[in-house]
Amino acid sequence: MEKDPYNVVVAGVGGQGNVLGTQLLGAVLVDQGYKVTIGETYGASQRGGSVMSHMRVSMTDQYGPLIPPRCADLVIALEPSEAVRVLAQYGNPNTVTVVNTRTIFPVDVTSGNLAYPEKDALMAKIIALSKKAFFLEATEKALELGNPILANIIMIGAVSGAGILSITEVELAKAIRENISSDKVDVNLKAFAIGKEMTNCD
Amino acid sequence: MSRLILDEPGKEILLMGNEAIARGALEAGVRVAAAYPGNPSSEIIGNLAQVAKEMGIYVEWSVNEKVAAEVAAAAAVSNMNALVAMKQNGLNVACDFLLNLNLTGIRGGLVVIVADDPSGISSSNEQDSRSFAKLADIPLLEPSTFQEAKEMVREGFELSRRTGNFVMIRSVTRISHARGNVILGPLPKDFPVPYFDTSKPLCPIPTSITHVALHRRFKEAEEILKDSEFNEYWGPEKPELLVITCGSGWLFSKEAIDILGLCSRVAVLKVGTTWPLPKSFLIKHLQKTRRVLFFEEIDPVLENNVAELYAQHNRELPLIEFMGKNSGIVPGTGELSPELILNALGKVTGEAVEFDENQAGQAKDIIEGYAPQRSMAFCAGCPHRASLWAIKQALSLDGRNGVLFGDIGCYALGILPTGFSQLKTVHAMGSGAGMACGFGNFHQFGVNQPSLAVCGDSTFFHAVIPVLVNAVHQRSRFLLVVLDNSATAMTGFQPHPGSPVDAMGQNTSPIVIEDLCKSLGLPTVVMDPFDLDGTIETVCEMIREQTGPKALILRQECALVSGKKQGKKYQVRIDPQRCIGEECGCDRLCTRVFKCPGLTWDRSEKKSRIESVICNGCGVCADICPSHAIVKESA
Ligand code: SF4
Ligand code: SF4
Repeated sequence: MEKDPYNVVVAGVGGQGNVLGTQLLGAVLVDQGYKVTIGETYGASQRGGSVMSHMRVSMTDQYGPLIPPRCADLVIALEPSEAVRVLAQYGNPNTVTVVNTRTIFPVDVTSGNLAYPEKDALMAKIIALSKKAFFLEATEKALELGNPILANIIMIGAVSGAGILSITEVELAKAIRENISSDKVDVNLKAFAIGKEMTNCD
Repeated sequence: MSRLILDEPGKEILLMGNEAIARGALEAGVRVAAAYPGNPSSEIIGNLAQVAKEMGIYVEWSVNEKVAAEVAAAAAVSNMNALVAMKQNGLNVACDFLLNLNLTGIRGGLVVIVADDPSGISSSNEQDSRSFAKLADIPLLEPSTFQEAKEMVREGFELSRRTGNFVMIRSVTRISHARGNVILGPLPKDFPVPYFDTSKPLCPIPTSITHVALHRRFKEAEEILKDSEFNEYWGPEKPELLVITCGSGWLFSKEAIDILGLCSRVAVLKVGTTWPLPKSFLIKHLQKTRRVLFFEEIDPVLENNVAELYAQHNRELPLIEFMGKNSGIVPGTGELSPELILNALGKVTGEAVEFDENQAGQAKDIIEGYAPQRSMAFCAGCPHRASLWAIKQALSLDGRNGVLFGDIGCYALGILPTGFSQLKTVHAMGSGAGMACGFGNFHQFGVNQPSLAVCGDSTFFHAVIPVLVNAVHQRSRFLLVVLDNSATAMTGFQPHPGSPVDAMGQNTSPIVIEDLCKSLGLPTVVMDPFDLDGTIETVCEMIREQTGPKALILRQECALVSGKKQGKKYQVRIDPQRCIGEECGCDRLCTRVFKCPGLTWDRSEKKSRIESVICNGCGVCADICPSHAIVKESA
C-alpha cells in the first residue's frame, strides 16, 4: 500500500451490493496479511438510501470502522452522485475515484422535488474532486452477464486492473467460496475479468 | 463449512462484530442460544443458527425477547452455557424477567448481549442500555475491537459461571455491524452435563435474602474483574489530558490523537469492564492528570460513574477538570465519529483541526448541488406501498378522519410522504394495536373517528396477540390490519411462528394468523393488497359499522423475497401515447404521489418511464394510472 492506513470508501445505493463487495475485498486483504476494518451503514438503507462502506487497511494496526474527514485514498462509487457525496466529505487532492456511470434517481428526484445533476456537470465535478477518476459502464456490462448486482465485482476488477490494489483471481475466488458460495465463483470471476479489462486499456 | 466453526486456533480471519460474538460463544461452549431479531444484534443468532446442526447446539428465533431470555435461562439454570441477544428495545421487553433472574442467580453460564444503536440508525429509539447493569447489579463488559468482542463473550461465560449470575455485554452498531481481524481460539470438546437440580428451587422471594446474595455475587465479580486486561492505558505516564473512553471510542480516540500530533501530551484509558468500574486502575491514573475528557456513546454513564468514584476518593486525588457530555464539549446524544472526536480534542487542547466547520459547510454545499438526498422509500414492488395506498383511499372515502396507529417494521416508513403519511403513531412493537384498541373505545366521549392499526406478521406474534384478547374483552371497535409479507423483512428475513421452518431449518407447523384471529371471535378477512380496488372496498366495509374488533390480513410477499424466488410477475412498460405527463389531471400521480422507485420521470421526454433494473414487476402502478398508460403483461 502506498499509505498506512490506506482508506477506501465503497459507496452506492441500497440493494447494489456494496456491502458484500467490500466484504470480499476485505477478506482478500486479510489473507494477504493486512489488518482490515470495515464500517458499514445499512439497516434502513436497504430501502433506497445511500449506503457507504468504509475500509481501513494497515500493515500494523486495527483502525476504527469510520474514516476521518478528508482521509479517503480510494473511492469506489457504484452510482455517480454517490461519488460526489463521498468525495465532498472524505476526498482530498490525492483521492483516486472509480465510478460506475449508471445513475439511480432518488425518490426525491423521480417525484419532482429535487433535480438530479446533468451528467456532464456531475462527471466534471467528480474529476475536479479527484486526483484521478475512472468512469465505467459497470451496470451495463453486468446486465450483459445477466445480473446488475455484478457491477460491484466489475468495479473491484477495475480497481485491480488499474493497479490500485493488487488482487488476483485466485484470491478473489477463495474469498467468494468462503463468504458466499462455490457456485457463485465463475460468474463473479467473469465480472472481475471484465472490470480488469476496462481499466487496463486506460 | 462456515468460517465460524473453523477449528484452527491461531488463524486470523475477517469477522463481523456479531460473528465474533457468536464465535466467542462457541469457544466458551455455548449450548443454547435464543433471540428475537433486532438490528444491530440480529446476525449473532443468525450465524449460530447456521452452524447449530454441526455444533450440536440448540438455537431458536423466539417469539419475543422475554421468551428468548427465558429459554436461555432455562439452559443456564440447568448447568449449561446459554446466550441471549437483543437490541436495546428488546432489553426493555426482557427486563421484567431479567430483574427477577438476577435475584435467583443461575447454575450454568448466561451471557446477555445487548446491541445498542447510537443515533438510531436502524431503530425507532435511542437508548443507552448500560444503566440496566447498575439497576440489576450485574457485571457489564463493553468491547472496543472485534477481537475483544470474541474474548469478552468467552470470558463473560467464565465470569457468569464463577459468580452464579448472568453477565451483560453491551455492543454498539460500530462493533456489531463492523468487521475486523479476529484470531480464532480453540473450540471445546467437553461440555457440562445438563441437569436441573430439583432440590434447589429458584425464587427471588424473600428479597431480604436474595437481594443480599445478589450484592455478594456482584462483589465477587468486582474482585475478579479488578485487574482485567480489558482495561487498557495508552500514552504518556503523566498526560496533560486523559481521555477516558469505552466501546468504539477507543480506536477513534487513538487515531485522532495521532492525527493531531498529541501523542506526547494526551493519554487514553479504555474501560472494558464498565460496571463494576476498575476502581484502583482508574484512581492510579486519575492521580497523574489534571484534565479528563470522556468519549462514550449515548449517555454519560462512564462519565457519571467515574465522577462518583472521584467524589468517594477525593482525598487521594488532585483537583481535576472533567469534560464530556455533562460539560457540553461532547454532544449529549448520538454516536461517536472520528470527526466529533477530532473536533472535541482540538477544542480542549487548542490544536487546529483540518476539517473544521467551514470545510464541513463547503462539503454540504457540494452535496446539495450534486448529490440529491435519498429519502427512504419502500422497495420497488413492496406490498406495504399498495396496502397504505389502499388504506389512504379507504379513509378518504370513509370521510370520518380515521386514525391509523402504527409501530415498528418496514411499514413504519408509512409515517413519511413515501408511505403517503398514513401512519399517525410509531412507538414500540405492537403498540399501534394497543393504542388503537384504546382509541376504539372512546365513543362514549363522542369520538367517531374510526380506529385502525397496522402491524407486521412478525410483530403480530411478538406483541399483538394480548392486545386482541384485550380488545375482545373490552369490545373495542378497532380494525387490526396485519401487513403479512411473510418475513421479518427489516432485520434480514428470519423465520417466525408463522413460518414453516424454524431457525435451524427444521420443518414446523406454521401458525395461521387468520385462524388465530377467528378463534378469538374476530370477523376476519384475508386480501391481496395488490388487488387495490378490492382492498379499498374491504377496508371501507369493515370500518363502517363496528361493534367490536375486526382483523384484515393483507397478504403479499416482501418484494425482496418474491423477487429472489420467482423473478418478475409482470413486464411493465409505459405507453408513451397514453402517458400525458404533466398534462394529466393527476399531476403525475405515479411518480409524484405513488412514488415507487421503479417509476421515474423522464425530464426531457416529459413522460414517465419504467426503470427496468429497479422495477420488481408487481404491476400495481398499472392500476393507479388514470389514463391507463402503464401496461402490465405477464412475464
Ligand atoms: S410494476 Fe410499477 S409499482 Fe410495481 S415495482 Fe414496477 S414500477 Fe413499481
Ligand atoms: S424489504 Fe420487503 S417489506 Fe421492507 S420495504 Fe422492501 S419490499 Fe417492503
